Amino acid sequence: MRKLRVVIAKPGLDGHDRGAKVIARALRDAGMEVIYTGLRQTPEMIAGAALQEDADVVGLSILSGAHNHIAPRLMELLRAKGLDDVLVVIGGIIPDVDIPKLKEIGVKGIFLPGTPMQDIVDFINTHARARV
Amino acid sequence: MKTVAETDREPTSRFTTISGRPIERLYTAADVADIQYASDVNDPGIFPYTRGIHATGYRGKLWTMRQFAGFGTPEDTNQRYKTLLRAGGTGLSVAFDLPTLMGRDPDHELSLGEVGKCGVNVTSLADMETLFDGIRLGDITTSMTINSPAAMIFAMYLVVAEKQGADWKKISGTIQNDILKEFIAQKEYIFPPRPSMRIITDIFGFCAREAPKWNTISVSGYHIREAGATALQELAFTLRDGVEYVQWGVDAGLDVDTFVPQMSFFFNAHSDFFEEIAKYRAARAIWARTMRDRFGAKNERAWKLRFHSQTAGVSLTAQQPYNNVVRTALQALSAVLGGTNSLHTNSLDEALALPTAEAATLALRTQQVIAHESGVANVVDPLGGSYFVERLTKDLENGTLDYFAQIDRMGGMVEAIERGFPQQEIAESAYRFQQAVERREKVIVGVNDFVQSDEPPIEILYIDDSAADTQLEKLAKLKRSRDQDAVQRSLDGLRAAARTTENLMPRILEAVRAYATIGEMCDALRDVWGEYEEVPRI
Repeated sequence: MRKLRVVIAKPGLDGHDRGAKVIARALRDAGMEVIYTGLRQTPEMIAGAALQEDADVVGLSILSGAHNHIAPRLMELLRAKGLDDVLVVIGGIIPDVDIPKLKEIGVKGIFLPGTPMQDIVDFINTHARARV
Repeated sequence: MKTVAETDREPTSRFTTISGRPIERLYTAADVADIQYASDVNDPGIFPYTRGIHATGYRGKLWTMRQFAGFGTPEDTNQRYKTLLRAGGTGLSVAFDLPTLMGRDPDHELSLGEVGKCGVNVTSLADMETLFDGIRLGDITTSMTINSPAAMIFAMYLVVAEKQGADWKKISGTIQNDILKEFIAQKEYIFPPRPSMRIITDIFGFCAREAPKWNTISVSGYHIREAGATALQELAFTLRDGVEYVQWGVDAGLDVDTFVPQMSFFFNAHSDFFEEIAKYRAARAIWARTMRDRFGAKNERAWKLRFHSQTAGVSLTAQQPYNNVVRTALQALSAVLGGTNSLHTNSLDEALALPTAEAATLALRTQQVIAHESGVANVVDPLGGSYFVERLTKDLENGTLDYFAQIDRMGGMVEAIERGFPQQEIAESAYRFQQAVERREKVIVGVNDFVQSDEPPIEILYIDDSAADTQLEKLAKLKRSRDQDAVQRSLDGLRAAARTTENLMPRILEAVRAYATIGEMCDALRDVWGEYEEVPRI
C-alpha cells in the first residue's frame, strides 16, 4: 500500500512554527510522506498544495485565533476541487466553543496543546484513506 | 558500607536539566577549582558583572514589573493599561496584533481573522493617540514588542509624546526591534535580512542623537527558547545576535560607547531553576568581556547587560491550568535570583487564550509576593558562590563561546541564518524535547503524568470579530479625512530614501505625521526591498 501523503500547513500571519515542524517530523518518522508548505499560506495556497501533492491528509497549525476564518474557506475550496475525501485536522489553540463549529464543517480532528504526537499519528492512521 | 555507585541505581540519564544537560549528584570545591573569583565572577557592580550590574541589587530599586498586554482595539487596550497601572504595575508593555507586527492594514486579505486577536491593532498615528489617551508618556516607561515595523511604531510613539508635550530627550522605554531572532525563531519578518539590519542601525543612530534614554533594541532570547532551543542555545544565539548588531553599528560608523549602552536584552525564564539562574549570570559576564575585548568599548555602561525576562509561555499547560500559577512563580523567582531588571509573569490561562483581567492581575500579584514577602530581594545574588551555580554558569559561558566561534567561522549571524544554522539547531532540540516528553523522561505535571480527567473548564477571554469591524471603519474614515497629497509625498520620500543610505527615521516620522498607515509605509519599503521568504525545512 502507498504511504499516506500529508500536507502540513501554517496558515495566516503567525510565524510560530515549532508545533508544525515537530508534528511534521513525527509523522515522517511514523512512515508518512510529509510535505511542509512553510509559513503564511492562504486557504487557496493550501488547497492548491493538497491537489498538487495528491494529499490524503491536510494538517493545519493555527495558534492565532484565525481558525474560524481559515477553516471554512479551506473546506469550501477542497470541496470545489473534488477533494472532499481528504482528511483535515487542526492542531493549535482552539477555544472549546469553536470546536463543534469546526467539526460541523468537516474538520475531523482537533488537537489541543499537550496532545501526544502518537495520538495524532494514530488518529491519522485510523481515519485517513490512502488514495489510489 | 555501600558506595554511592552501588546505592544509586537510577539511570544517570534521568538527571538532566530540561535542556538535557547532565547534572552531577553533588558539587564541591573541586568543581569550581578552575574559577577565579576576581576575574571570573567578582562582586556585584564590578566587571564582569556575573553577580549583577548594580552593587546594591534590588535594594536601590526593585525590578520593573512590566506586564505585556494588548488585545482588540486601541480603546480596549487603553482600558487594560489603566487597570494594570492602578494595580501597581510600574511600566507598560504593548502586545500588537499580527497585522500590525507584519506591517499590514486591517483591510489586507492576509489580515482576515487576525485583527485584534493576539494583541492590539495599531494602523496609524490615530490609533497610537487612542492607545495612550490619558497616560502621560513623559512619566511612564513603555516597552513595545514590535520588530519589522519597529521604526514606524516608534515614530508614532514619538509623535504622540511630542503632542503631549513630552521631551524626546527624556522619554524612556524600549522597542524590541530585534529582527535576527525573527529570522531564527518567531518568523515575523517582512524585508530580507540586510535591509532589515539597515533600519536597525538607522534607529541606533537616530536615538543616539534624539532619544538618548530610549532602549533601541531588546535582543531577545525569549522567542528562540520558545521555539525549542535549549538554555545554552538561547544564551548563545541571543548574545551572538547582540554581537551582530554591534558589528553592524560599528560598520555604519557609530560609536560603541554611545549606542551600545542603549541596547538591552530579553530572556526566557524557563522551568529548570538553577540552569536559568546560571544563564543570566553567564549572560552578563560574556557581554561585558565581549564589549570590552572584542569591540574595545571603554564606557562601563556598554559592558553592562541589562535584561527583561518573561516566564516561559511554552511551559504553560492547557490541562489543570491552575498549575501554571505555580510554574510561573518558580520561573519568576529564578529570574529574580538571576538579577533580572524587569519581569513579565504569564497568566494561568495563556495556553488557552489571551489572559482575562483577573488572571493578569494574579500574575502581577505573583511578582509582588516575590518582591515584598519572600525576602529574596534583600540580598544581591544570593546564590553566588554555590558550587553548583558557579559551575553551571561557567559551563554555559564556555558553551556560548564555542557557538560564537562556530558562527564567526560562518561569517557572522546573518550568514548563519541564511544557511539555516540556528533554525536547524533549534528544530532539532524541539523535537528531542518532545520525544523525551512522549517517553516520559521529562514529566509535565497534568499532561504526561498526574493526569486528571474530570477537569472543570475555566473562563477564558474570547475575542470576537468586533475589533476588526471597528478598525476597518476607522481606517476608511481616516482615509477620507487625511491630506492624501501629504501622505503620497511622504511615502514617495520614504521610497526614495530607502534606495540611498540616508537615515530613514526622519522620513518615517514625516509619513507618520501625515497619518500614513503602517501598511502603506511598509509597502513603500516592500517596493524597494522586496519581501523575505524562508525555504521551508523540516
